[in-house]
Amino acid sequence: MKSANKIPLMERGAGLDVQKIRRDFPALHQDVHGKPLVYLDNAATSQKPQAVIDALVGFYTKDCSNIHRGVHLLSERATKAYEDSRMKVKHFIRAGHEKEIIFVRGATEGINLVAQSYARPLLQPGDEILISAMEHHSNIVPWQIVCEERGACLRIIPMNSHGELEMDQYESLLSSRVRLVAVTQVSNALGTVNPVRRIIELAHARNIPVLLDGAQAVPHTKVDVAQLDCDFYAFSGHKMYGPTGVGVLYGKAHLLEAMPPYQGGGDMISSVTFEKTIYNRLPYKFEAGTPNIAGGIALGAAIDYLQEIGMDRIAAYEHDLLVYATAAFAPLAGVRLIGTAKEKAGVLSFVVDGVHPHDVGTILDQEGIAIRTGHHCAQPVMDFFHVPATARASLAFYNTREEIDALVAGIRKVAEVFS
Amino acid sequence: MPDLRELYQQVILDHHKKPRNFRVPADANKHADGFNPLCGDKVTVYVRIEDGVVRDIAFQGSGCAISTASASMMTEFLKGKSEVEVARIFERFHDLVTGKSSPDADASSLGKLAVFSGVRDYPVRVKCATLAWHTLRAALDGSQETVATE
Repeated sequence: MKSANKIPLMERGAGLDVQKIRRDFPALHQDVHGKPLVYLDNAATSQKPQAVIDALVGFYTKDCSNIHRGVHLLSERATKAYEDSRMKVKHFIRAGHEKEIIFVRGATEGINLVAQSYARPLLQPGDEILISAMEHHSNIVPWQIVCEERGACLRIIPMNSHGELEMDQYESLLSSRVRLVAVTQVSNALGTVNPVRRIIELAHARNIPVLLDGAQAVPHTKVDVAQLDCDFYAFSGHKMYGPTGVGVLYGKAHLLEAMPPYQGGGDMISSVTFEKTIYNRLPYKFEAGTPNIAGGIALGAAIDYLQEIGMDRIAAYEHDLLVYATAAFAPLAGVRLIGTAKEKAGVLSFVVDGVHPHDVGTILDQEGIAIRTGHHCAQPVMDFFHVPATARASLAFYNTREEIDALVAGIRKVAEVFS
Repeated sequence: MPDLRELYQQVILDHHKKPRNFRVPADANKHADGFNPLCGDKVTVYVRIEDGVVRDIAFQGSGCAISTASASMMTEFLKGKSEVEVARIFERFHDLVTGKSSPDADASSLGKLAVFSGVRDYPVRVKCATLAWHTLRAALDGSQETVATE
């Protein structure tokens, strides 16, 4: 605790007014088991600002109608709001063109789309797909499914005991048989920020395209897909303060153009006869059926909200909070952090000696502190560190140092109960 | 507000730290695996049944305090019981931890197992308390599939 308090005030995140921000999030202001809620499960899903809630309510209250097909005013308004959101996403991740922004259900669906529409037609027996040892199940299983079907092989970039990718081994794994590299930008279970620019450069030097799983990166850092030069980028709305059930797949236009549709149905066609169907242009070719219209519009509201604060300030604030929390954890006897990479996002995955993470989670919950316990949909990561599960506190820019102090006090209580 | 001490009673913490019958019996004639994917708890329950009576029962695995203590106390409680009694006790134990019966009603028939009555206030932990029991039932039924509590 002492060392944590020594961090000078000036490092407290570039003048972010946290108390003002907290007022924008209604769910933060409630008691849990008689204690004020300390929400530290942001890597699972984030809370929503009033602006996002208002956008959802506003759509259903005033503009509810289907998009891309109505001649009436409500449909016009809904279509405009939905397509405005697409433009916001385009600017937010600095994509070249809005046709490269495909609305999906979330990062998981985005990755499945690439697996089925890009990898599946391309893969030959003996080909390889390269992922990393720290992937979420959503960036493992879709590749396993296509690899098994096509007789291809899934290869794994190993990591070291800090939870950092072994870049030398990555280079040597980039053989002529690799058809795609798919890695996470930020690990949900460890917090590691991967050197994705270098990963992409090395792959591109061998003409191998790269998909980034950005689910844990987009809410916390500025993302520039043009500068990264990634070929695909997938992320979810609900982890970036937007609603559940909507996400984005970015893909380079020439790759998306060449890919067959993922699902068939309405909106993804330009003409249909029983003999032949002509598919719609991008991005609609990949958006079959009525989408999550309200969710898409509210995602735009989340982007507006984040941009008003500024991603650089959010990143700086969260980094300071992580430094504070890491220092606050250091004196805790019998507590070990899992994931100690030099480049880390606001994730504290930890284990307490002799106490199962599930028991840690129950005791913290009684203190009003919400964390995640379990394998975090990353069982291979748990196996690597020889733990069945971890407890994970994950930060957002509405969290405070006082909440970190409450977490540390809660962990001391765990030790007390189990003493 | 439920008191944590109701859930983590001393006897539960004791069985968690020093689980009883934590071994692989050489002469077990039935066993089954259980897994709770939510928290990664794993348990294997071994039994030796002779003439419909549990002559020996033991377990292996890793899990949270509730699941380990539950497995440990289950093995102590069921040794010498008939298969019919085991089924009846499991039903009562299940009612106890899910809050379908009052702790007092079961105190006499469930003996020490009544310490698990605190679980009723923690619905997500019911699976922890019953994993070993579901696994035991699978072992007695001769099931080859891993029991999953989800």
